[in-house]
Order: sequence, then structure tokens, then C-alpha cells
Amino acid sequence: MTTFTTPSLSYALLAPILIVLGGAVLTVIFEAFLSKAIRPLVQLSVTLGTLVLALGQLWRIRNESSLTAAMGSVAIDGPAILLQGAVLILAILGVFLIADEDQFTVQAAAIPGSQEERESIQSGEKLTEIYPLTLFAVAGMMLFTISTDLITLFVALEMLSLPLYLMAGLARRRRLLSQEAALKYFLLGAFSSAFFLFGAAFLYGYSGSVSLAGIYDSVSGGTGNSVFLLVGIVFLSVGLLFKVGVVPFHAWTPDVYQGAPTPVTAFMAAATKVAAFGAILRIFYTAFANAYWDWRPFLSVIAIVTMIFGSLVAISQRDVKRMLAYSSIAHAGFLLTGVIALNKAGLEASIFYLFAYGIATLGAFGIVTLVRDSQGEVTDLSRWAGLGKRSPLVATVFATLLLAFAGIPLTSGFIGKFSIFSAAYESGNKSIVVVGVLSSAIAAYFYIRVIVLMFFTDPAEDGTSVTIPSNMTRLTIALSFVITIFLGVFPAPLLNFISSMAIFIR
Amino acid sequence: MLLPLLGALFIATLSKSKELLAKQITFATTLLVAIVGVAMATQFQRDNVDLQFVESHSWIPTFGINFAVGIDGIALVLILLSVLLAPVVVLAGWNEATGGRWSVKTFYIILLILETMMIGVFAASDVFLFYVFFEAMLIPVYFLIGGYGSGARAAAAVKFLLYSLFGGLLMLASIIALYVLSGEQGGHTFDLGALSQLHLSSTTENLLFLGFFIAFAIKAPLWPFHTWLPDAADSATPGTSVLLLGVLDKVGTFGMIHYCLALFPHASKTFTPVIIVLAVISVIYGAFLAIGQKDFKRLIAFTSISHFGFITLGIFAMTSQGHSGATLYMFNHGFSTAALFLIAGWMSARRGSSKIADFGGLQRVTPIMAWSFFFAGMSSLALPGLSSFVSEFLVLVGTYTRYPVAAVIAAFGIVLAAIYILIPVQRALHGPSTEGNETLTDLNLREKVAIAPVLAIILALGFYPSPLLNVINPAAQHVITKAGYSDPLPTIGSTSAEKETINK
Repeated sequence: MTTFTTPSLSYALLAPILIVLGGAVLTVIFEAFLSKAIRPLVQLSVTLGTLVLALGQLWRIRNESSLTAAMGSVAIDGPAILLQGAVLILAILGVFLIADEDQFTVQAAAIPGSQEERESIQSGEKLTEIYPLTLFAVAGMMLFTISTDLITLFVALEMLSLPLYLMAGLARRRRLLSQEAALKYFLLGAFSSAFFLFGAAFLYGYSGSVSLAGIYDSVSGGTGNSVFLLVGIVFLSVGLLFKVGVVPFHAWTPDVYQGAPTPVTAFMAAATKVAAFGAILRIFYTAFANAYWDWRPFLSVIAIVTMIFGSLVAISQRDVKRMLAYSSIAHAGFLLTGVIALNKAGLEASIFYLFAYGIATLGAFGIVTLVRDSQGEVTDLSRWAGLGKRSPLVATVFATLLLAFAGIPLTSGFIGKFSIFSAAYESGNKSIVVVGVLSSAIAAYFYIRVIVLMFFTDPAEDGTSVTIPSNMTRLTIALSFVITIFLGVFPAPLLNFISSMAIFIR
Repeated sequence: MLLPLLGALFIATLSKSKELLAKQITFATTLLVAIVGVAMATQFQRDNVDLQFVESHSWIPTFGINFAVGIDGIALVLILLSVLLAPVVVLAGWNEATGGRWSVKTFYIILLILETMMIGVFAASDVFLFYVFFEAMLIPVYFLIGGYGSGARAAAAVKFLLYSLFGGLLMLASIIALYVLSGEQGGHTFDLGALSQLHLSSTTENLLFLGFFIAFAIKAPLWPFHTWLPDAADSATPGTSVLLLGVLDKVGTFGMIHYCLALFPHASKTFTPVIIVLAVISVIYGAFLAIGQKDFKRLIAFTSISHFGFITLGIFAMTSQGHSGATLYMFNHGFSTAALFLIAGWMSARRGSSKIADFGGLQRVTPIMAWSFFFAGMSSLALPGLSSFVSEFLVLVGTYTRYPVAAVIAAFGIVLAAIYILIPVQRALHGPSTEGNETLTDLNLREKVAIAPVLAIILALGFYPSPLLNVINPAAQHVITKAGYSDPLPTIGSTSAEKETINK
């Protein structure tokens, strides 16, 4: 019988993630024991407090570096700090949006249209389960970016996905659409998890190890069956690429983005992308770095197809949330070029891009939550016509964020696009840069179309109005606007900070 | 350079109701900028071919990007053009902003931001900074056309923006390539001087050249990249059109000199024959279409395509006369187009239509307006004694010494110019005054004050162009020398000697 040794954990280095998990458990307990009257406020403050505290802890350990923080299954290094920080910051801003309880159904279990549902609405209760779910998802995302073995990666993947599946189904209005989205997301997500596991099994067969370092050694040493390696890489990639929504694994994206409650969409679009790309970067930059001949060709093809497809299909969208979904697909393609670059510049550019894109996405969806009529949010683009006349400020901010998505200079999107394309060019992938630039031109068209609609089209008389935002929503939108412009004009501080940190350790 | 931006910020703090104050502040700001600009121009050492008024601040050190500015003679002339036209446009279009989608205040904020960027784009000596201005400039123009224009203004604004963005993104790809190559050859940089020292393989150089050139050819509208221009000019307010055609499109031709030739001398040489052909087509095509136009604004837009053909021809003739002529042409075209557009704008504002057929006999009803238009038209067709003549002559002489056939064909453009200017002049200004025109009022004092300096400059430079030419010539000579050319000897029958000089 083998002796059992206690795992040695370095709590100081794991503090950020442990705090978030602790907060999550705490909110579950509060959910059960606190009275309905004080629950929303307490849950919100505990959630925000947890996230801010975790961010503080992260700042404390920013110069640490360790591979043994949790028995070799997580790495604390520069990129880990940066990505976890990005997830936390985006989550804080996302929680500001989520705090708008009007977006969520009161009783998720009630059948849409049933007597039970009507009663629950009349009771005036508010849904607070969203807070523990958010915290668990955040903890999963943070773990996802720092995992260094395939098992931990899988656990993290499930930990971030399961709460998200639930959160997608919590919309107060158009509940059937929301539940359909949740179910779709869950089924396809389950498939992709299976692919991930399948790939992990092959990689274990190839190298005899589930740790990224072990796989790296096998690849460098050239030992093992290379067919196993190839199959493993492909299936693992499928599982990961599903989460970021690149073509051809994108089918869930528009439906889920549209059906989920908008604050959840915002949180999901911004933070999940950071987490999933964080994991992709870590895996491809460390474990598979020396096997790039095997994965670069197919990732390049996927990136090219994704950029073109996302941009082209977005043109024909009539719903603002679906349009932003396809735009996120195109952006996932741009981000993949940073992965393919496989150099330090590519890593830095990807992290900057993820952060800039996440911030702008939160602001854009935040504005979507404001445009409403008596039935709830108005996402049909044709009814956004003339928004610039009725609420110039909101329209201007939205236009600025769209220009940032389009990559116009003096916004963060331009710096991101420039840095990621120059990294890709530096690595010799010139054709990807050309495709990327051309699809940016296509993408510019549909962003501009929305601007035309808001500013240059006369409003239809149908009672669409911009609600007065709550202070927290206002804060998210304002911060997103300011950061987007600031990173466009003075990107140097953040770029320098990223540059000083962005080295993976193996 | 920061002055207009301060003005814009100041206006932004004003309340919406104070329209008049916003206008006055804008005018005062642009006038002040013009005075400062002229004062700086007198400090310019004209025989010094290096960049002057150089300033450099580190901006994004990670990518080696500096906020670096510095101007040579060519840039100086174009900056002068921008700062001089701005107050004229504000004064001439005093009531332009009313009736737009947004408040008058917003119009002037956008206008001042645009002026800042116009100066920036000519002054930048860092390629990245240039690109930032080049692209960011599109947004204010887009809102000026789409928000304050007339007719199908939204569609025109979108067409303009998409064309320019597409070109800009091609240029971005080239800039990224230059950046990466500079990194491979000793340190990432965007400094124009350093980048022109790069060693490029000929394929790379050709491709990168095309990236830049297409962006500039769309901007400057060269046939066949011109189709956005008539729509944009038609829909924009007269003042916006003046800035668009008079200044913004010059960024294209300026870029050809400043960036294409400096960064890619060999590729410029390779593509010269193609570009000469495109330029000649532009000259003739623009002129023919101008003859066929029934609308003043579209007419002026097409004449501009013809004129931009001349400018491009002058640039790629690769002779110092051609270059001096082209730069002078940019300046002169700015003023003659400004005069034409402003007067056409006043005419159509009074009549409520810009169709040529709706006018007639204006000379009798509104003599000052009619004479001003006639004067500006004469400048546009390069009547000797007016400014455009000098530049057009220089361009043709410069071209003839190297490409006689192209010069001869382009010279027909001048004949066509006489037709496209004189026909509308005859129809609109002379003859019996047609119905609906009897009660038109002549120019008021404000409009007279606005147009007078423009006409005065046109006349003055026609007789005495040397102040500008003295500034331009050394810079033009320097560009030619750096691109590896020397002027061919103007002797007849020396074709073999000529070829040798080209081959050098």
C-alpha cells in the first residue's frame, strides 16, 4: 500500500483564487440563511468585496514566480498574474452590470408562462443565485489560465462552464429563448469537453504524462508516437477553441449571446475569452511550442476562415446582440493570429488585445441593456435608428466602442490590432496579416452601419427609449469608455507592464 | 498645432444656445492659427533641406513610436494651405451648420479637431503618427458630411469612409511590414529617415509600395479609385467640400512624395510608367466627365480629379520642375477649388438648387458673385497671370523632358478645362436671367471678406510665385536626388543620354 503524503500548498501564491472560492462558498451559505429582504445587497457587496480583495492579493504576488504552488499543477508567472488580473477586473465591471436584477428571472425553475411564474413575479422577489454562480465561474476562469496539467485544466474548464450554462438561462424576458440558449450551450459544451478529454488521453498516451512540462519534454526529445501527438493536439484544440467560439466551433455563439441575459452575455464574452485564450496561449506556448510544425497549419487555416466568416456574416445581422456575437467570432480569429505568432510579441499583444477587447465588450453590452421599450430590451437594430438624436451621449459612447472594435486609431482596438498583426508578421505569417487586414476592412462596414443607423437615420416612432442607467451600470460604461480611449492614446504604461511580465515559465 | 484643439475643448464647455459665440471663437482660433502659421513660415530656412521645427517625444516606447514632428518645404506649403483655408471656410460658411442633424456647436468642435489633425498629418515625421492622423481624420470628416450635408449625405459619408478605410488598412499592412523589417535590421523604429535606409528585396519593396500607393491614390482620387469623391463633394456642405478637396485629398499626393518616394525609391521607379498612364487617364477622364455634369458641385469634383491627375503626373515625372510644379499645384488647387466651391455654395444656397440649368444671367443680378466665380473658374483653367498657370506649366515642362507623349496628351486636359469651365460660365452667368433668379441677392460683406483673400492669393501667386517656389524648390530637388534621379538635360534628340540618366 502506498503511503499518502499531504499535498503541500503555497497558500500565499494561491490566495487570489482561494479568496474567490471562499467568497463563492460564503455566498452560497448566505443564499440559504439570509432573509430575502437583505439578501441582494449583502450578496452584491460580498461578491464585489471578494473580487477586489482577490485583486489586491494578486497585486501583492505580482513579482512571484513558482511552479510548485500546488504540487506542480499550477504555475504562477507573469502571464498568470496578468490574465488573472484581467479576469478579475472584467468580472468586477461585469458584476456592476449583473447587479441590475431586472434582467433576471425570479425563479429559474418556474415553467415559462405558468401560474407559478406569475406568482413569483408578483411576490417582488429578486434572484440572487447569480452571485455565487458568478464567483464560481470566475474562480474557474482564474484556474484555467494558470493550470499546468491537463487534469487541472479539465477541472477548471468544467468549473467555469457549468455556472455559465446556468447563467445563460436566467433571462427574465423571452425566457424560452434564454432557456434554449442555455440548453444549446450545455449540450455543445458537453461535446467539446468530451473532445478535450479525448485529446488529453491521447497526449497521455503519447508522453506518459499529463503535465504540460512532461509533454514539452516528450516533444523536444522526439520520443513517442507522433500520431498520438497530432490527434491529441487536434482534439484538445477542438475543446479549447469551442470556448472561444472560432469557426467551425462557433455555432453556439450567436444563439447564446442573444438568449442569455445581457449582463451575463457581457461577462461571458469578456471574461471567458480571456480565460480560454489564456489557457490556449499557455498550452501552445509551453507544451506544444516545439511541435509548431504540426499545429500551425491548421490553426492558421482556422484563423483565416474565422476572420473572414465572422466579418462577412456579421454584415447581415439584424439584431445587435447577434451582431456583437459575430464580431466576437471575428475577434477570436484576430486573437488566434497572436497564438500562431508564437513569439514574445505575440503573447504580449494577445494579452493587451484580450484586455482591451474585454473592456470594450463590457461597455457595449452595458449600453445594450439600456435601450428598452415596455417589453424589455430592444435588440432589433432597426429600432436603434435615431438613437443619436434621442440620447446623444449613449450613442456617442456606443459609436466610440464600435470604432474601437473596428480598430480606428486613437482607440485601444487599434493598438491591439497593430501589435497583434505585427507580432504575426514578425513570425513570418504574412498571409494571415493580409487576410486579417482585409477582414478588418469588411468588419469596419458593419460597425459603421450601426453608427449610420444611430446618427444618420431618423427615429421610428415606436417608443424605444434609453432608460436612466443605475449608478453601477453607468460606472461600467463610463470606465469602459475612458479605458478604451486612454489605451488608444497612452498605451505605453500598460504595454510596458505587460512586456515586463509576459514570460511563461515551464 | 495644439491651438485648434484647445479651441475645440473651450467650445465644448459652452452651452448649446451660444451659437454665435461658438462661431466667433472658432473663427478667432483659426485666424490665430493662421497668423502663427505664417509667422512660423517666415522663420523657415528655405535652403536647408533637413526637417525643421523638429520636436520629438517618446509616445509608445514598446514599439519605438515617437510623437515626432518636423517639416520640409513641401509640408510647410501644405500646412500653410490648411491654416489659411480654415478661417476662410469658417467665415464663408457662417450659417452652414444650421439645419444639420446636431447643434452648431458640435460642428465647430469637429471642425477644429479636424484642423488639428490636418496640421498633424503634414507635420508628422513618424510613420505611425502619420497613420494615426491619416485614419483618425476620417471620423470627423465622416460626421461633417453625414451630419451637416445635404441629399444622400449618409450614403456619401459611408462610401467615403469605407473607401478610405480600405486604403488605410492596406497601408497599415505595409507599415507593419516596415516595422518588422526595421526590427530585423537593428531596432524597431517608425522614424521616416531611419526607415528609408532599410534594405528591402525588390518584391517586398514593390508590394509595400503598392500598399502605400493605393491608399494615397484613393485619397487623392486617381482614376480608377475616384468614385467616392463626386458623391462626397455633392453631399457635403461647401465648407466641408473645400476642406475635403482642398486639404484632405492633398494628403494623398503629399504622401506620394513624402512616403512613397522616400521609402521605396526603386519601386517608385518600377511603377512609374503605370502611374503616369493612370495620371493621364485621370486628367482626360476627369475633364470629359466634368463637361458632362449638370450640377455645379459634381462639376467641381470632376475637375478636381483632372487636377489631381496633373499633380500625380508632376510627382512621378521625377524631375525637379515636375515636383515643384506639383507642390505648387497642390497649394493653388486648394485656393481655386475653395473659391469655386464657396461661390457655388452661395449660389445654390440662394437659389435652392445647384443645377447649372437653374441659373442664368447672374452677371446682371449679382455682379460681384458672378465675377468672383468667373475669376475662380479662370484660375481653375489655368489662365496665364493666375496662380494655377504657373504650376500647370511647370508640371507639363517637367513631364515633357522625360515623358513627352504623356505631357502632350495631358496638355489636352487644359483645352478640355476651357470647355468645362466656360460652358457653365456662359450658361449660368451670361444670357438673359432665367425665371427665379431675378431676386437673388449679391454677396454680403461677410462673404466678400471671406472670398477676397482667396482671390487675392490666386492673383498674387500668378504674377509672383517665387516666395513659395523658393521654399519648394530646394525640398523638391532634395526629394528627387534622394530618390536617385537627376534632371534630364532638356536638349532635343538626347534620348540615349536620357535613358542613361534614368538607369542610374
